[in-house]
Amino acid sequence: MPHARMKSPMTSIDDVQLRLAGQDYVCGRALATVIYLALTLNRPLFLEGEAGTGKTEVAKAIAATLGRRLIRLQCYEGLDASSAVYEWNFAAQMVAIRRAEATGEPPPDLFSDDFLIARPLLEAMKPQPGGPPVLLIDEVDRTDAPFEAFLLEALSDFQVTIPETGTVRAPEPPIVILTSNRTREVHDALKRRCLYHWVDYPTHDREMEILAARAPEASAALSREVVAFVQKLRTEDLFKKPGVAETIDWAKCLLALDMINLSPEVIADTLGALLKYQDDIQKLHGSEARRILDEVRAEVG
Amino acid sequence: MEHAPLDLPEDPRLAGNIAHFAAALRRAGVPAGPDRLILATRAVQAAGFTDRTDFYHTLHAVFVRRPEHRATFAQLFRLYWRDPRYLEHMMAMLTPTVRGVQQDRTPKPAEKRAAEALLNQPAHLPEPQADPPETLDLDAAATASTRERLRTLDFEQMSTAEMAVAKRMLATLRLPVKPLTSRRIQTAPQGRIDRRATLRAALRRGDLTTLKRAKPTTRWPNLVALCDISGSMSSYSRALLHFLHAVANREGQGWAEVHGFTFGTRLTNITRHLRTRDVDAALAAAGAETQDWEGGTRIGDTLHVFNRDWSRRVLGQGAVVLLVTDGLDRGDADRLAFEARRLHLSARRVIWLNPLLRFDGFAPKAAGIRALLPHVDSLRAGHSIAALEGLAEALSRPDDTGDLTRLRR
Repeated sequence: MPHARMKSPMTSIDDVQLRLAGQDYVCGRALATVIYLALTLNRPLFLEGEAGTGKTEVAKAIAATLGRRLIRLQCYEGLDASSAVYEWNFAAQMVAIRRAEATGEPPPDLFSDDFLIARPLLEAMKPQPGGPPVLLIDEVDRTDAPFEAFLLEALSDFQVTIPETGTVRAPEPPIVILTSNRTREVHDALKRRCLYHWVDYPTHDREMEILAARAPEASAALSREVVAFVQKLRTEDLFKKPGVAETIDWAKCLLALDMINLSPEVIADTLGALLKYQDDIQKLHGSEARRILDEVRAEVG
Repeated sequence: MEHAPLDLPEDPRLAGNIAHFAAALRRAGVPAGPDRLILATRAVQAAGFTDRTDFYHTLHAVFVRRPEHRATFAQLFRLYWRDPRYLEHMMAMLTPTVRGVQQDRTPKPAEKRAAEALLNQPAHLPEPQADPPETLDLDAAATASTRERLRTLDFEQMSTAEMAVAKRMLATLRLPVKPLTSRRIQTAPQGRIDRRATLRAALRRGDLTTLKRAKPTTRWPNLVALCDISGSMSSYSRALLHFLHAVANREGQGWAEVHGFTFGTRLTNITRHLRTRDVDAALAAAGAETQDWEGGTRIGDTLHVFNRDWSRRVLGQGAVVLLVTDGLDRGDADRLAFEARRLHLSARRVIWLNPLLRFDGFAPKAAGIRALLPHVDSLRAGHSIAALEGLAEALSRPDDTGDLTRLRR
């Protein structure tokens, strides 16, 4: 295969941590252990946690590290087999019939691979350059129970049957990563097939490492203040606490504004990068932001 | 005869220990079946048994499937694999007679469950609530006129015997709801033409004979009930919980999921108990978990806790909220209005059941009631069986506002 060289598999938990760090993904020992086990035991990995804690990024980092293709299935309400597995290209079929009528030639086989649109699940079952792909089933909590049941079946034997052409079977099972924001409980039967990990907000030190990897242009002083402020904010009584993604966004916002340290005015102007609910922003307006900043300064200083 | 390969680590004692650990987890309420055990043994083999932290994370990855199990797992792991002295400490704590110097620290919530599971003996076996011998001369088949009278009788004015009959009537009550239109489609005799299915059928038959049709399917919304169990509300809430239990457990009621919460001075999630088949067992378990029956009310604070911890978990996918309270709040009215608005923004519909509406001259004077009024879609009395029957009407008509229009004037 000319364009993708198969990279060596992960050999230990340390190796996972090290090589994901090479992709600017800083992960804790617990997450590295689960990833290593999922790869070694060929089990799907179920990642649950608040929005913005880096669940989707894990899949991207693993795909990049192993040199595999990333195939993403974004879930939404009403997701069905035709948008998840395959669909016949109806328009092309009609054009082919019409052309056959016009030219008098015999019509082509309408149910051949030429007219098949492969959706993520089918795509993941096909052989890919670089080895089995990473199949990311994102935000599985947004679909409904019937789709979960369907997934359960697809994930248990990694094959898809198309009545008109036959069964497509993955030569090697893909690396499956499911994520959930826990807007509802995903059924236990699906979780049972997987290795489970709850992705929590990172600790102060871990978040410093993440910020250094993701926004390296931020000065150490600014990073320290940003991380300490966000960490403090997570202990406040908020409707939606800021995730790591928000920390990175906020640091980038501050950099774009050429800020070298925090002030209550700057915080008020850029709070939209950190908090996404008006109620929370309202709460932080005025003296509240100053109070938190003072506390942070006292701790850092 | 071939045997399935046994994935045992070289040290058979380790495999045995993991098995024992899994059994302890099961007793602590963390489901850990044989499939998990096999996977755990394989996982330990894969990850190696060198480092304590790695060993912890390995078992964690296999056995924990819900965030709430993490604490139990952590405590049990500590007890089982790490600190033998700690086990002694827990044993001492669980023995009710000797309470000496060892009682130097109070156990964290999950610790006690973990210890109980390991020692296979509950700390305080809850005595099965021996019901007082039934001396009530229950008229088993309540006459039609009694039933008719009970239908409109206020729950608070019922005698114990009447309440028993009323509860049985409540259990047969239905709460039908209109399904929501889903984004899926399904073949149907009528509806829009499904071009793809038509072409496939035509190919199978060799000619276009019939048009295939499809229409959107429907799905059911979730029901979330928030029941005030403070002093003034307790008899209504008890009746409503009976009703809720019936709704949660009968097939064909139409609700996808029923979540129940009680609140007084604090919020308690009783969803798990509502799933228990037996209504008395369910409500006894819910009552045991709920600490604040007939205490005061802090609606604003408890709604805040609900909004913060639960609304994003249970209000997705078009949930209907049933708020059962008289609105007599001892807290700050502004805070209540703020949280009620938040709730209203997150839910598809908020229906308020307020028994105070049974009084003819009821006017919204109390600050709590005035704070809640702008943030609900419908307001109903719910003080009797007949009033609860009216609730079904509120649910089937999306524009129903109950007594809201009258009171907002």
